[in-house]
Amino acid sequence: MEQLTKRYGSFTALNGITFSVAEGEFFGFLGPNGAGKTTTINILTGLARPTSGTAWIAGYDCFRERKKVKELLGVVPDESNLYEELNGFENLCFCGALYGMERKTRERRAKELLSTFGLEEVALKPFGAYSKGMKRKLTIAACLMHDPPILFLDEPTTGIDVASARQIRELIKNLNRQGKTVFLTTHYIEEAERLCDRLAFIVEGRIVTIGSLEELLHDFRKERILEFSFAEGIGEIRVPLEEAFPEIAVEVKGNKALRVHSKKPLNLVPFINFFDDRKLTVYEAKLILPSLEEVFVKITGVELEKMKQEKEGKKS
Amino acid sequence: MKTWIAFVNILKKDMQSYYLKPPNISWGLVFPIAWTLMVFLKSPGTFDVRNLLPGVMALSVIFGTTSMLAVTITFERRSRSFERLLLAPLDLSVLILAKTGGAVLFGMVNALAPLLLALFFTDLSGIRWLSLFGALFLIAVTSTLLALFIAVSVREVFEAQTFSNFFRFPMIFLCGLFIPVKALPLYLKPLSFILPPTYGVDILKSAINHRSDFTLSLDFAALLVFATGLFVFSMRKVVKKWIY
Repeated sequence: MEQLTKRYGSFTALNGITFSVAEGEFFGFLGPNGAGKTTTINILTGLARPTSGTAWIAGYDCFRERKKVKELLGVVPDESNLYEELNGFENLCFCGALYGMERKTRERRAKELLSTFGLEEVALKPFGAYSKGMKRKLTIAACLMHDPPILFLDEPTTGIDVASARQIRELIKNLNRQGKTVFLTTHYIEEAERLCDRLAFIVEGRIVTIGSLEELLHDFRKERILEFSFAEGIGEIRVPLEEAFPEIAVEVKGNKALRVHSKKPLNLVPFINFFDDRKLTVYEAKLILPSLEEVFVKITGVELEKMKQEKEGKKS
Repeated sequence: MKTWIAFVNILKKDMQSYYLKPPNISWGLVFPIAWTLMVFLKSPGTFDVRNLLPGVMALSVIFGTTSMLAVTITFERRSRSFERLLLAPLDLSVLILAKTGGAVLFGMVNALAPLLLALFFTDLSGIRWLSLFGALFLIAVTSTLLALFIAVSVREVFEAQTFSNFFRFPMIFLCGLFIPVKALPLYLKPLSFILPPTYGVDILKSAINHRSDFTLSLDFAALLVFATGLFVFSMRKVVKKWIY
């Protein structure tokens, strides 16, 4: 997509975003609530029109050749939106019919997917009676009915139990292994970290960074961090420590721990000796590598826990 | 072929999920019986089933189509299941035709209930069946498209119900069902002329009782113009309001 912009009156939801996703890639799209993730998916899948900009999927213009593009897409929206009054099997068959599948083909495929997703036992129960996890699984199964090569998954594991979420992650990963291109939005950083080949962070309608996990972490890993935990209280140690080691910055973490930050490689022994001289027993010393979560928080300025609570609160 | 499969299945699902539910079927039967009974009790001496039939049939169609479509579409929009349809590789016109098709059929079936009941009380010979079914179809199409316009204009189910009445009741009193158009005050006549049921009811009167205010060709032409205009208008509204 190139320079994709979406405005709602004076509010700019997307501000000229440009990026591409390769065939067969598992692409993660991360950002705080209201950053423009769902708007991007809606535009690419034909549920919204951009104010300006262009986008192509598999060589087709998303806005001029919508029908061809839609045939290639499987979309899981951020809420399970199948028909409450239809049972699981009927829902899948209906979704297959929307893509022009013949009756026998769609019935066979529906049975196959119900088995893959472990939903055979509830196949004849109305969708409205499903648990959240089952609803999510059936919604993903529905998007696979016509066997699309490209999947858009908007928060597929939000608001469901841990076991179902894990199962769904495995299923999605397998789909990607089978060659499907996956475009995933999530606010579970560990999910993105585990599943995605490449990630983009979007904040206030702008892509702030994009790259593989290694690339995203690279800049942040230039800084070395050593964390020391002590058996007793450390008192006023920051200033003498920084005076003894001028190349470091000290971050005191409570009464019994501190972190040492440096742009240069750090040798553990001088620090141990320094603490030993001051009768401080080092209980634990460890090298801290910045996680994707820390990168996300630093880049977006959003506290993840707060974001999760907002999102899950909204869904329940 | 692919489009046809989608069209038929959307229509079938709507019929099964909404229109063929027992409350709707019973409503379709109770409404004409209650209406007929009301007119009979009011003036038993001059009561004539055949005179009453065009009005009851037209009302059945108008109420049947508008009450269901506006509500079901608004409901599907609220639950976001309508997005499923918008994500499918279908022309919007096909999707709209499939969604409205159920309401049109339901409206027409509703109108057959009073007709079948009338068979027990009066002789229905001499009815011009082709005109009658043509009128029923076009009344159903135009009132369904009006319901679609309502669905596009509101967000909540209760708004759809309120807005439907805002259209339906004035329409009933101005389209010549109770008061002939000729007898309406001069300032209300233009309103009557811009209502699709005015022409539909006129065809029904002509088909059943061989009396009419306008020529049959004018009635059909007007209904076709209304149907086409409303369809084009609704399509534009759908694109504008639903594909943000």
